[in-house]
Amino acid sequence: MTTPLNSILNSSVTSAAALVAEPAAGRGLLRFLTCGSVDDGKSTLIGRLLHDAGLVPDDQLEQARRDSRGRVETEGDIDVSLLVDGLEAEREQGITIDVAHRFFATGRRSFIVADTPGHEQYTRNMATAASTASLAVLLADARKGLLTQTRRHAIVCSLMGIRHVVLAVNKMDLAGGDEAVFSAIARDFQSFAEPLGFRSVTAIPLSARRGDNVVHPSGAMPWYAGPTLLAHLETAEVGDERTADGPLRFLVEWVNRPDPDFRGLSGTVLSGSLEPGDAVTVWPSGRPARIARVLTFEGDAARARTGDAVTVTLEDAVDAGRGDLLSHPGDAPEVADQFAAHLLWMAEDPLMPGRSYLLRAGSRWVPATVTTLRHALNVETLEHTAAQTLELNAVGLCNLSTAAPLAFDPYTANRDTGSFILVDRYTNRTVGAGMIQHPLRRAANLHPQELAVSAAERADLKRQRPAVLWFTGLSGAGKSTVANRVERLLHALGHHTMMLDGDNVRLGLNRDLGFTDADRVENVRRVGEVAKLMTDAGLIVLCAFIAPFRAEREAVRALLPEGAFLEVFVDTPLEECVRRDPKGLYAKARSGALKNFTGVDSPYEPPIAPELRLDTAAEDADALARRVVEELRRRGIAGA
Amino acid sequence: MPTLPDDLRLLEAESIAILREVAAAFTRPVMLYSIGKDSGVLLHLARKAFHPSPIPFPLLHVDTGWKFREMIAFRDETVRRLGLRLLVHRNEDGVARGIDPIRSGSALHTRVMKTEALRQALDRHGFDAAIGGARRDEEKSRAKERVFSVRSAAHSWDPRDQRPEPWRLWNTRLAPGESVRVFPLSNWTEMDVWRYVAAERLPVVPLYFAAERPMVRRSGALIMVDDGRLPLNPGEVPEIMRVRFRTLGCYPLSGAIPSDAATVEDILAEMRASRTSERQGRLIDGDEPASMERKKREGYF
Repeated sequence: MTTPLNSILNSSVTSAAALVAEPAAGRGLLRFLTCGSVDDGKSTLIGRLLHDAGLVPDDQLEQARRDSRGRVETEGDIDVSLLVDGLEAEREQGITIDVAHRFFATGRRSFIVADTPGHEQYTRNMATAASTASLAVLLADARKGLLTQTRRHAIVCSLMGIRHVVLAVNKMDLAGGDEAVFSAIARDFQSFAEPLGFRSVTAIPLSARRGDNVVHPSGAMPWYAGPTLLAHLETAEVGDERTADGPLRFLVEWVNRPDPDFRGLSGTVLSGSLEPGDAVTVWPSGRPARIARVLTFEGDAARARTGDAVTVTLEDAVDAGRGDLLSHPGDAPEVADQFAAHLLWMAEDPLMPGRSYLLRAGSRWVPATVTTLRHALNVETLEHTAAQTLELNAVGLCNLSTAAPLAFDPYTANRDTGSFILVDRYTNRTVGAGMIQHPLRRAANLHPQELAVSAAERADLKRQRPAVLWFTGLSGAGKSTVANRVERLLHALGHHTMMLDGDNVRLGLNRDLGFTDADRVENVRRVGEVAKLMTDAGLIVLCAFIAPFRAEREAVRALLPEGAFLEVFVDTPLEECVRRDPKGLYAKARSGALKNFTGVDSPYEPPIAPELRLDTAAEDADALARRVVEELRRRGIAGA
Repeated sequence: MPTLPDDLRLLEAESIAILREVAAAFTRPVMLYSIGKDSGVLLHLARKAFHPSPIPFPLLHVDTGWKFREMIAFRDETVRRLGLRLLVHRNEDGVARGIDPIRSGSALHTRVMKTEALRQALDRHGFDAAIGGARRDEEKSRAKERVFSVRSAAHSWDPRDQRPEPWRLWNTRLAPGESVRVFPLSNWTEMDVWRYVAAERLPVVPLYFAAERPMVRRSGALIMVDDGRLPLNPGEVPEIMRVRFRTLGCYPLSGAIPSDAATVEDILAEMRASRTSERQGRLIDGDEPASMERKKREGYF
């Protein structure tokens, strides 16, 4: 164990005067979180900390005393966990679901503590709290030792960049205050945490229920000579969260244009500092510029330092906007459209490599795909395991590819410029939290080749407007049948077309893919890219694919110019498809001989607003094909 | 440029970044202005965030008709002095139904004249982001609120299904009909607000400072007789007392505290010695268990 710098310091907090004291000069603010397994007593510990330090207002204390009736042994006692668990469902179940932020200050320091849930189901909430904290109080139950969830939380804390940990061995009263019990758990943790790179680990034996060693030193464990938890928190040296002496990183949040003559870049100095006259580079474009003015509400400033929210103007009319990052020329960030990152998955729907998500880094949004899941991290043993997807709360090392280059730093160098979130394009849920390791291929080495003949010129020569017609629907719905007849009609009208069919593509280009959800996503992604190339060649492309997920169909739409993607929903009820069963596949799927079959044991997400819906029960294939061609005429894609 | 203490400087910058995010990410944002000290800080931060541009969104005051007269005067003076765009919305349907905080009771009054009124105003103007001054230190369910908090098309809040907010990477994407509530002061405390008011010399409603005021005692709270609409119980005679308010709302529902604090510095000193929380004078919080959480689920701020 690392010995804390100031080992024994009794808490100075005994009076109500500390309730709202300003932080003492020099120590500033400490953001920390409490984590650990369910029932290890996290809420009780924070409640105890606030209560014993005299930081709970009388009216809230009285409320908690009333709410404690029936929950405590002695009438009039307080269940201190009630001081923090606030949601109705949490009180009903006696668990913490969501992060609660508490604010308190002692004579030495001010604190923001995040009380986080222990349930594995809510690990994402715990990770969220860890992302902005500089110290973690990790609880362990003295009777149970290190549980899976304790280890999981230690690993998540480490990944999130926390370098200082307090191992609070709780419920020592129930373990007889036994030093051997405490030492064994502390030793266990030390050997487990060795590879996690913590700079300090301080183990403290305590009882949150009784208050031993939380604020007041306990007589129950005379063998313990270290600090109480509060004394340690008040004095822990954790360093700055934002790096004042780091390289300049100025994030443009908003373009400030009060009148046509003024164009300011409003943003925050994430690290370093800047001054008027400084030469800077605008990323990711790499354009050089020079700072003209630094504006604040109070007037022009001589300098902006780490943490300042200011507006800068540039000397020349350099193109810079929201999401751009300014650095000094010698201290450039990485710029790449492919990079390796640790990804913590936060959604019930597993990660699909190949699926297009929206990535947010800084104030920039960009489509992104996990191209390779290199390994998943076993959060109990730290072992690397092979994986196809990441489930809720799993952590993996991934390669990602973004639709445009990003400027970033490795997460270990800067939490603000090295982090990102992934958002599901369809549900808008935040599904992943990422920490960038390093670029894979610098964007500077990759230039899109300027082509001599444009897509529009090729199309002009063919006297047609290229488009992708995407026929989606269940297996046996009649997609290929209708698409074939549409192509025949278009051909007769003199149009240049190409038909891409699910089975045919899987016999060639995509023969390495199976039928898992992840492989289906990749299948559609590749077909989308091929179809796009064919529209560049000037063709009208017909795709007949089940494409069961909306997200992938939308991703293909996003590849193409506005109006060039038509979703054609071949709407045949499942019962009808099963009745037809042209390839005998439904029979196989129902007998269990065929796994992951859409509509049977794999989901199908019907389109919500397709350009065309074809009702195969109402009309035959020829009539439907004529309707498709009519629609193409109406849109000016097919000629008269 | 005045130098703020480092902790306030960082809180200020964090809030300013959030306000800019709202302006950049949403089509029709609005800032709720409730005239109190938190609203005053929020307004000041917005002026700083967009300077030299004016604040790029309007302010909205949901008026229950029962605010202290001094609050309304302060509001109108502030709007005039700063040249702000202010929308005032009152639930006329509630007025027509005769809803008031005394006869209807605080719970019904709050639901109709605040929650429903707010929903009406947001719907009428099609606002997709509403900025509020709520702080996590105020109340237990607010302690669990996100900075960017999504509301369904029906304005409801599901505390069990909130988006995780790692780092400062806000997920601002909305489905049609959804809106977001944004709380730039999430990480501020009551003490931070007053220290900031002192440091930036911000004007606040005089009701925050101690003065002689006509008061009556109602269910353990000190209620000010602000106008002739407060019915006096038999034998009840308003008493002149030296009091001030820690929070301001509808006057029949806002309890005062006896105090001699006549300046911001006095208030800071008084808070350091105080043993009660800011919201103890708020009658509406104690309506029922988990009262705030239920109000918030229905769309209360």
